Amino acid sequence: MAIEKTLSLTVNGQPRTVTTDPGRPLLEVLREDLGLTGTKYACGEGRCGACTVLLGGKAVRSCITPVADAEGKAVVTIEGLAAGDKLHPVQEAFLAEGAVQCGYCAPGMILGVVGLLNEKPNPTDAEVLSRMEGHICRCCGYPKLLRAIRRAVQAGGR
Amino acid sequence: MKGAVGSRQSGTERALSRREFVRVLGAGLLVSVGAGPALAGERRPRGGGRGGTIAARVHIGQDGAITVLTGKIEMGQGARAELTQAAAEELRVPASRITMVMGDTALVPDDGLTAGSRTTPSTVPAVRQGAAAAREALVRLACQRWGVEPGAVEARDGAITHAATKRTLTYAELAASDELPKAFDQAVPGGITLTAVKEWKVLGTSLPRPNVRDLVTGAHKFPSDLVRPGMLYGKVLRPPSYGARLGAVDLAPAKAMKDVVAVREGDFVGVAAPTSLLARRALAAIAETATWQPAPHPSSQEVFDYLRQRAGGGVPANPFADEVAKAAKALRATYRVPYVQHAPMETRVALAEWADGKLTVWTGTQNPFGYHRELAGAFGLGNDQVRVIVPDFGCGFGGKHTGEAAIEAARLARAAGKPVKLHWTREEEFTWAYFRPAAVIDIEASLDAKGALTSWHFININSGGAAVDTPYRAGKANCRFVRSDTPLRQGSYRTLAATANNFARECFMDELAAAAGADPLDFRLAHLDNPRLRAVLEEAAKRFRWRERVKEKRPDAGIGLACGTEKGSVVAACAEIALDRAKGTIAVRQVTEVFECGAILNPDNLLSQVQGCIVMGLGPALREEMRFEKGEMLNPRFRQYLVPRFSDVPELDIHLLDRPDLPSAGGGETPIIAIAPAIGNAVFHATGQRIRAMPIRLAESGGS
Repeated sequence: MAIEKTLSLTVNGQPRTVTTDPGRPLLEVLREDLGLTGTKYACGEGRCGACTVLLGGKAVRSCITPVADAEGKAVVTIEGLAAGDKLHPVQEAFLAEGAVQCGYCAPGMILGVVGLLNEKPNPTDAEVLSRMEGHICRCCGYPKLLRAIRRAVQAGGR
Repeated sequence: MKGAVGSRQSGTERALSRREFVRVLGAGLLVSVGAGPALAGERRPRGGGRGGTIAARVHIGQDGAITVLTGKIEMGQGARAELTQAAAEELRVPASRITMVMGDTALVPDDGLTAGSRTTPSTVPAVRQGAAAAREALVRLACQRWGVEPGAVEARDGAITHAATKRTLTYAELAASDELPKAFDQAVPGGITLTAVKEWKVLGTSLPRPNVRDLVTGAHKFPSDLVRPGMLYGKVLRPPSYGARLGAVDLAPAKAMKDVVAVREGDFVGVAAPTSLLARRALAAIAETATWQPAPHPSSQEVFDYLRQRAGGGVPANPFADEVAKAAKALRATYRVPYVQHAPMETRVALAEWADGKLTVWTGTQNPFGYHRELAGAFGLGNDQVRVIVPDFGCGFGGKHTGEAAIEAARLARAAGKPVKLHWTREEEFTWAYFRPAAVIDIEASLDAKGALTSWHFININSGGAAVDTPYRAGKANCRFVRSDTPLRQGSYRTLAATANNFARECFMDELAAAAGADPLDFRLAHLDNPRLRAVLEEAAKRFRWRERVKEKRPDAGIGLACGTEKGSVVAACAEIALDRAKGTIAVRQVTEVFECGAILNPDNLLSQVQGCIVMGLGPALREEMRFEKGEMLNPRFRQYLVPRFSDVPELDIHLLDRPDLPSAGGGETPIIAIAPAIGNAVFHATGQRIRAMPIRLAESGGS
């Protein structure tokens, strides 16, 4: 049994401490300890993007990120993206294009786009496609997702 | 660590008491009449509203809140929006006034499985009848109060208005009376006139999914997101291979861990712990001690011979041997379609809780009442001792009809004395869920000297009878499905065997067209009587410019077309592909698809379904297949089992043919059946290579 550690991190702007095995996936700490279930499990190997969160502003796969990697850093989950009732422009773009079918992949997709725009405010279409290739939508709603993502990119994430 | 935050609940997640149900439904006094008995388990309406009371389907609160109840579920296919539209249309209210309660076996009528594209043709009419009956009851009550004839009043925007005297009674005001509960406790009468298509105000519009905002904010609680006070996380010991039987196992290493529960009941072994991590560790400790007796199992290479050898009653011979003998030309071929997985984004999950001998399970299933019965049977419980609650969940595609995860969670919860959530891993889903059946399909057909079909013999071994019959005029036809002995669990998948049968038939039609020296489009039209199918085929060919493009010959590119009919709808697709011979890959560049399913209820949602079908269909057409050997899955992960991604999406030209004169059929399945054969025929066009298997592979890379 690994030794537990007390770790401090900032989640959606709030300082949080967790006492846990430092190797535990960030995904499970968010969902099981912090009650933030908007971040989804779907593959457990970083291949589908459903568990995407922002860590220090960058999109990461929380299912393969040890919670220790988040120590002292800022984590943003889907629950922390809107400002009160005002949705983030990427969320707005998803609504505007009707890009959601079952919606299970949506939080990860949205944070994937936000993470891309944080790194590259004006990505080319090829960069968008290359980044989003890491996200799976099994409803295969890609045509409308792509419209939503392009709309968000054109708006510059603003 | 187990955070206290994890046990917080919102009101709708908890098992509703009757008082709470009243609150949820908006202080509606009707609740005490309609839902009361159902909540007490004394009476549960059955049969999709037929024979059910109005109150079993519709509640109106004194605050005017309208709640509509259905046994259908939402998994991304759009039932929540469509059924909301159905109720709003007949109740003459905006869709925003309706709250749908779906898939809670304690509250809703049994509308059957959410499968087979049945929501549109069956449940939409049932909800409309219930809502129309509610509206007529409201009209009658208002008329009684005013002493006027029903013909003199109008129901509009949530109120009954008597124009002559400018009097109005809102639904809320009528719901405050003593008479409405009595009126709503009547059976929904037969023969209610539903609103004509040309009068539709809500149906036929693109209402977005009512809870879509919660899906982009993360607020929606999928079944896997739910938490109950004191809840543990479960894990189940799986055999190392298909058919392996458990010998000895020692639970002690798990039981020695703090806060861990371990249980064995026959071959079932599982653990539950306060975190998933601890549960995994406890299971690993047990697994090290387990001994297994393996069983023989065919490999995915051998499985087609295996299925043929075990065809029930043998593989039927062609009864038209005489036609074949005298034919100008005759062809025969065998097609193979492998097992594929639904791979829903949200894997199987169930949260089970026992209280006072009653079992409540929150889960994602297309079959809430089937689960209900399965759980009652598994645990020897009465019908009223089980409750299944299905929050909107993450994908089904026909893959979530069976209750194994719920039974496993309930066993663990019973042993633990606490609620247990069991969320299957991706690898478990890829191994222990059921699969789309593999198919072996034999076809033989004969042509006369003019190139007309004179006989058609079509045998599907193992995968199913959906769309097994040919839509083409074929002289004599013998189309049959023959069962076999599947070595893997198999079951429904989006449009069942229609995909395999249509793939084989439509690829074979191209071979026959070539044998007859005819263009694939002309050959089909020459044998096609179904006017709806002809219409979509001709429209797709026109939009794709088939007749011009088929004459163009470009290296390493090809076009193909296919059509088909199933579940009351018709589809045709044309595809352009490009080959990369060095890599041995096929890229689908462009797809034109025309789909017609009668009167369209929600155009945007239908477009999503058609887009989803086409792109999902690319997976099994080009890449997807379960590979297994010695009872072990060789590719049970997304990095090995390659589902479609953004880069696979071709240029899409989708045309939805609206037929307001025809009854509405479901649109979430049939659009998938034309894509694989259109690609196969495009490869045939480009290379001359006959395509006889899915996934479609170029001969150079060792395919068919």
